[in-house]
Amino acid sequence: MGEIAIGLRLAWRNLWRNPRRTVITLAVVVVGVWGMIFMIAVMRGMVDGMLFDGIRSLPGHVQIHNPSFRDDPTINNLLPTPNNNLAAALNDLGVVAWSARVRVPAVIMSERNSRGVTLIGIDPAAEAPLSFVADDMAEGRFLEGVEDVGLILGRRLVDRLGTEVGKRVVVMTQDPDNEIADRGFRIVGVYEAQVASTEESYAFVGRGTLQSMLGIGDQVSEIAVLGADYRDVEALYQRIDAAVGDGAEVLPWYELNRYLSSMLGVMDGFVLVWIVVIFLALSFGLVNTLIMAVFERVREIGLMMALGMKPAIILGQIIVESLILLGIGLLIGDILAWATVQPLRGGIDLSVVSDGMEMMGVGNVLTPSLRASDVVLATVVVLVLGIFASLFPAVCASRYHPVEAITKD
Amino acid sequence: MSITLRLAWRNIWRQPRRTWLTTGAMIFSNLLLIFLISIQLGSYRMMINNTLAPFTGHLQVQYQGYKDDQRIRQVVPGIRNLAARLREGLGVETVAARGAAFALVSSEERTYGVQIVGVEPTFEPRVSTVPGLVSEGRFLDDSSAPEIVIGTRLSRNLKVGIGDELTVVGSGRDGSFAAAIVNVVGVFDSGMSEVDRSFAEVPLQFFQDTFAMGDAGHNIVVNASDLSAVAGIQQAAQALLPATEGLTLYHWNELQPGLQQAIQADLAGAWFMYGVLVILVAFSVLNTQLMSVLERTREFGIITSLGLTPGRLGRLVMLETAMIGLLGLGLGVFAGIVVTYWFTVNGFTYPGLDEIALQFNLPDRIYPDLNAISIFIGPTVVFVASLLAAVYPATRLHWLRPVQAMRAA
Amino acid sequence: MYAVRCVNVRKIYKQGDEDVIGLDGVSLEVEKGGFVCLRSPSGGGKTTLLNVMGGLDRLDSGEVLVAGKRIDNLSKGQLAHIRLHQIGFVFQAYNLIPVLTARENVEFVMQVQGVPAAERRRRSTEILAEVGLAGLEDRRPAKMSGGQQQRVAVARAIVSNPAIVLADEPTANLDSRTASHLMELFVELNEHHGTTLIIATHDQMVMGYAKRLIRMLDGKLVEDIDHEAS
Repeated sequence: MGEIAIGLRLAWRNLWRNPRRTVITLAVVVVGVWGMIFMIAVMRGMVDGMLFDGIRSLPGHVQIHNPSFRDDPTINNLLPTPNNNLAAALNDLGVVAWSARVRVPAVIMSERNSRGVTLIGIDPAAEAPLSFVADDMAEGRFLEGVEDVGLILGRRLVDRLGTEVGKRVVVMTQDPDNEIADRGFRIVGVYEAQVASTEESYAFVGRGTLQSMLGIGDQVSEIAVLGADYRDVEALYQRIDAAVGDGAEVLPWYELNRYLSSMLGVMDGFVLVWIVVIFLALSFGLVNTLIMAVFERVREIGLMMALGMKPAIILGQIIVESLILLGIGLLIGDILAWATVQPLRGGIDLSVVSDGMEMMGVGNVLTPSLRASDVVLATVVVLVLGIFASLFPAVCASRYHPVEAITKD
Repeated sequence: MSITLRLAWRNIWRQPRRTWLTTGAMIFSNLLLIFLISIQLGSYRMMINNTLAPFTGHLQVQYQGYKDDQRIRQVVPGIRNLAARLREGLGVETVAARGAAFALVSSEERTYGVQIVGVEPTFEPRVSTVPGLVSEGRFLDDSSAPEIVIGTRLSRNLKVGIGDELTVVGSGRDGSFAAAIVNVVGVFDSGMSEVDRSFAEVPLQFFQDTFAMGDAGHNIVVNASDLSAVAGIQQAAQALLPATEGLTLYHWNELQPGLQQAIQADLAGAWFMYGVLVILVAFSVLNTQLMSVLERTREFGIITSLGLTPGRLGRLVMLETAMIGLLGLGLGVFAGIVVTYWFTVNGFTYPGLDEIALQFNLPDRIYPDLNAISIFIGPTVVFVASLLAAVYPATRLHWLRPVQAMRAA
Repeated sequence: MYAVRCVNVRKIYKQGDEDVIGLDGVSLEVEKGGFVCLRSPSGGGKTTLLNVMGGLDRLDSGEVLVAGKRIDNLSKGQLAHIRLHQIGFVFQAYNLIPVLTARENVEFVMQVQGVPAAERRRRSTEILAEVGLAGLEDRRPAKMSGGQQQRVAVARAIVSNPAIVLADEPTANLDSRTASHLMELFVELNEHHGTTLIIATHDQMVMGYAKRLIRMLDGKLVEDIDHEAS
């Protein structure tokens, strides 16, 4: 036990024998760790943002549809209003919010232009916590109830149509009998979405208004359900699937948007790869330093062995030295990364490349996200790989023969 | 060979392991840089080509502002003749005229709002991949026939197939009612649901007749032989445009701003990562050269006493660094080319890539683009950074005092 | 003109907290062709005097002239020039660059001086033969005995005909037989080449070869016996 204590003390003091060399090596580790963590935080922030916006656009963690709806998203494939079973499931814990919506393809015609959109009839109160619209209102007002007769459009669409809040447009769609149903609507509000192309795709009206326009009673096209955490949707999904039975199709968000879910997986993979790559780049310098340190202490190591210190302790001491170095570097690097992420907490403004961000499904503001799990992963990987990197010099040191070592010139 | 060169070379190999480790760091980084940059360039090229190929093309002649407002009245007059003049003037066949309008397309059971595009059947295949992607039936062949080609998604949504009839209803250029009945002669499958769902193609003459266009259209697509030739063709085409009609030649950058921006954003992220790698290697070199200089203090003292200036010694250190750097560069470039070349033949993929690829119009295997830039830019920067890193150890020699130096070590 | 001349040279250096007087008003003239031994106990000042004469160390006051020109007030670059062309050094040990062969070690200085390759080769061959190392030109220091290494150092020191050759305890690491061979080499150089030699030592055997023996104590010259003069 005493040997271990001495070994530790020696490891610490040996680190500081050659302060300049240790400081430079430390600086390398700090730069590497900072680069690792900062980049990961930025990428995570991007993916988190994407997922958040994407899920708010779907919307929801789980969606319920008529089994034929996804293939043919028209008025002919409706759901009945939620029955008791489903209502019970929807009202239990684990469900943060849910909203029943009517979704149909439609055409909006202004004086100047016409456009095809997806028209969504919503219950504003239920919709607010679930989707992006309520938060992203930029002009005018949001809808006030299911019977509201106003129309909410996206900014891009309003521009394309050459119209504005307060003006009237005609909305045309198909009812279940394949007859054209049309109605005049006044634009009461305009939204500006994170991902601008959304603005051209979605228009919102009161659910009741749309239902009467189409003569479908109280049927809906889909029910969107929000759970507590998008990463943990499985349980929620199973419960709802059971409650709904065979009459409808239940899908979690990662099936509804495979691009998003694959992004998540790729992101996790990227994090690991990036950490390993940085470490490998670091390791060359690290091993070099350790070899040098061991080399110049040949006589002393020989002396220690002659005095009775076991080779295993010598080996351990070298490894501990390297771990201490890495540990300090990790600490400083993490703090530095945290410090550089803090000022960016308000988000990085990407509007200069907003169209490009759109292509990727990313909004205009990127908020870096420093996750404990990533920091822990980086720390563990660096320390474990650090042990392997220091193995070679450590084994060399432990193999010295006392006599040779002491008399070596 | 000069003794200085010999001296520098032999000095490097005094501690072979140390030199190999430093070189190793360079080789590792260079290999990674070559591989990653090649993949980047390759995927950018593919992304651009795949995004532009279906529909946008490299250049488009339009009425000024049409791409933003898309009003049917913003026309290119005498479009067929202009297209023919461009073909002649540029000496290429990759020029095609189009017209576009929004219309309601109805089958027996469904109605959808769709963009109707009038195309020149003979020339459209030269500027767009859509004609080649017809999976059922055939493409258009007669400029005035009442025929239509639609995407697979649309055909499913409308529930029609080859031989069925569709009604097209919209507004003509003069505001009049435009209607026609067309025959579905072909269904195309581009693999991109947006493309498959949102537009349909009819013959240009037929379009002009139906929508009261007269001899006008909306855009002429001009394609160059490949991306690098676009700037040249742009100049020539610009010169051929009549000055009076308010026509502009738009570069694909302006037609698809998202593309260039997405690439820029990706580059920014990549540069950050590459920067971290380069800094790590530079530090490695700094540490190595510092160690190497310090352990030769006594020897340098003696050399100074022979009458050599510290400046000369500094140059020796830089020369040694340059040799190590060239070693790392040469071997790194070799390794990088070998590894990347394998992927140019076999393609590169990782789990999750297929879904992401879909979003960016990429095939699911990326083929790196191995060219002079992608090969040399990374290793050159690493080499320069290494030289810069050696400046500190080299200049330390400036303060070398012979007497102290010889008392050292 | 004297080969080297010191006028009232003072040098003080710090050791820990204290000021130590290295040289305490030393005045000395050595003629061309002279063969001087400096003796002192350790710390007596012989090495310091040698360093000062060779422009390796700065004075606190006084003057040093080599071949008639003052060197104590020169810049580092000018000093380096003087050392390159006018002064040769032989140290106790670690004289040679370990990664260069004997010939390359000798040619190194010449190359820096700008001597063309053919001439360098000729002179290095000649000088190595003269110090008795013909056939060993392409050996590295590690493969030579202590005596052979010192001979290479001497060869390098004299190959460009410097005004003075300063040797600091050159025989300290050699056994007595090798040491006397080295001293005989010095004598030969002095007689046939007229090389001015100043050797610092506390080895009696070495002192026996000198034509002029100067004794130092605590940084002062206390005795100056010139055999030739008398």
